[in-house]
Amino acid sequence: MITIVDYGAGNIRSVQRACNEIGIDSVVTQDPGTVISSDRVIFPGVGAAASAMENLVKSGLADALRETVKKGTPTLGICIGAQIILDRSEESNTTCLGIIEGTTVKFKLNDPSFKIPHIGWNNVTITQPHPLLEGIEDGDEFYFVHSYYPNPSNENNIYALSDHQKPFCCALGKDNLFATQFHPEKSGRFGLNLLNRFSTWDGNPS
Amino acid sequence: MLSKRLIACLDVREGKLAKSVKFVNTKDIGDPVEKAIEYYNDGLDELVFYDITASSDKRDIMIETVEAVASKIFIPFSVGGGIRCVDDATKLRMAGAEKINVNTAAVKRKELISECAYAVGSQSTILSMDIKQVEKSEKIPSGYEIVINGGRTPMGIDALEWAKEGERLGAGELVVNSIDADGTKEGYEINLTRMIAEAVTIPVIASGGAGKPEHLYQVLTEGKADAALVASMVHFGEYRCSELKQYLHDRGIKIRMRY
Repeated sequence: MITIVDYGAGNIRSVQRACNEIGIDSVVTQDPGTVISSDRVIFPGVGAAASAMENLVKSGLADALRETVKKGTPTLGICIGAQIILDRSEESNTTCLGIIEGTTVKFKLNDPSFKIPHIGWNNVTITQPHPLLEGIEDGDEFYFVHSYYPNPSNENNIYALSDHQKPFCCALGKDNLFATQFHPEKSGRFGLNLLNRFSTWDGNPS
Repeated sequence: MLSKRLIACLDVREGKLAKSVKFVNTKDIGDPVEKAIEYYNDGLDELVFYDITASSDKRDIMIETVEAVASKIFIPFSVGGGIRCVDDATKLRMAGAEKINVNTAAVKRKELISECAYAVGSQSTILSMDIKQVEKSEKIPSGYEIVINGGRTPMGIDALEWAKEGERLGAGELVVNSIDADGTKEGYEINLTRMIAEAVTIPVIASGGAGKPEHLYQVLTEGKADAALVASMVHFGEYRCSELKQYLHDRGIKIRMRY
């Protein structure tokens, strides 16, 4: 059973549908207690970091997420969920959850042919092995839609890079927490495979 | 590096696939959910449903169709046609559409763009533009005018200015649809597409006129589009999505080939 955290940041049902497709039961909740007592948690999200953090703090889910991760529960963050696990986001200079050291930064590109938001299918290049990325080959593309990206301070929290004029981190993790900037629930078969791996992941990054 | 995208657009009327020629409906031609799945399995990057249901009381069927498709395909899926207010947009998003396309209603009331961007996010708000080439004039300095009602009603608005305004108001992407090219199968309107792509920092989706794989290559290179939208080219078995992608790949365009 996967618990999907609803903090008003959209695309909950896409994740739920993807779970259904691979035969995994999921429940959507806004309740901090339910999140903390779950076996396995996904927190997706699209939109802006500031309003996401505001909702998380107001609802008690910010503390619940920190607690959940601290307990050792396998946890997957998607899109905004990959950005707000760092200390801070440049988007409205928002204080974030601070679970992984680093800052979420905006794409600062100097070539107008590189559009922002970064929207579409792009490569994911694995920089260090992780059970959730197993099976992903060179040339496999995933769907991205974002203007900011996570920039962890420590290299050992970075698991994969993508490229938009220059390389950027698109998958990060620490112990039982893993997060992707791209959307596995919108990335066809490869994304569904990642969600499938998450459904049986024991939280061990090696 | 980001890939160029192949996007297919299906016209849906009362829950059924419709074949429309220059906006005049002829007949129902099948099940949109089946078609969506076919394209998804064949490597399509993104799907658009365009709702051409005439009467507003039959439009709830679209919500059901969107839900059905969203539970079966796991690529981005957007919906357009008759979105008049934020409520329309949020209902479709809840039903499973990643993005919503606004066109006529936004031309009539541009605040709709920022309202949708606020409610569902810029990344989910696409501004579609129907454009016709006209004589350059003081009012229409680019020589391209925004039209609505299937090209029948000129709006006296310059397309380039409208594109920039749309970006400013919060649209996350633009669809540039040439009314002149639409249905001709003689190629996209390259000048128009490039002009707009160079003027905005958001992605541009080219639409209208695709008849041969070569046309997609042209609009993604010369036309500087980030994505190419096709419709009748793929709907009647003439070309398959995977075939178009193979062609583009063979000509050096980066496009998603493994799926």
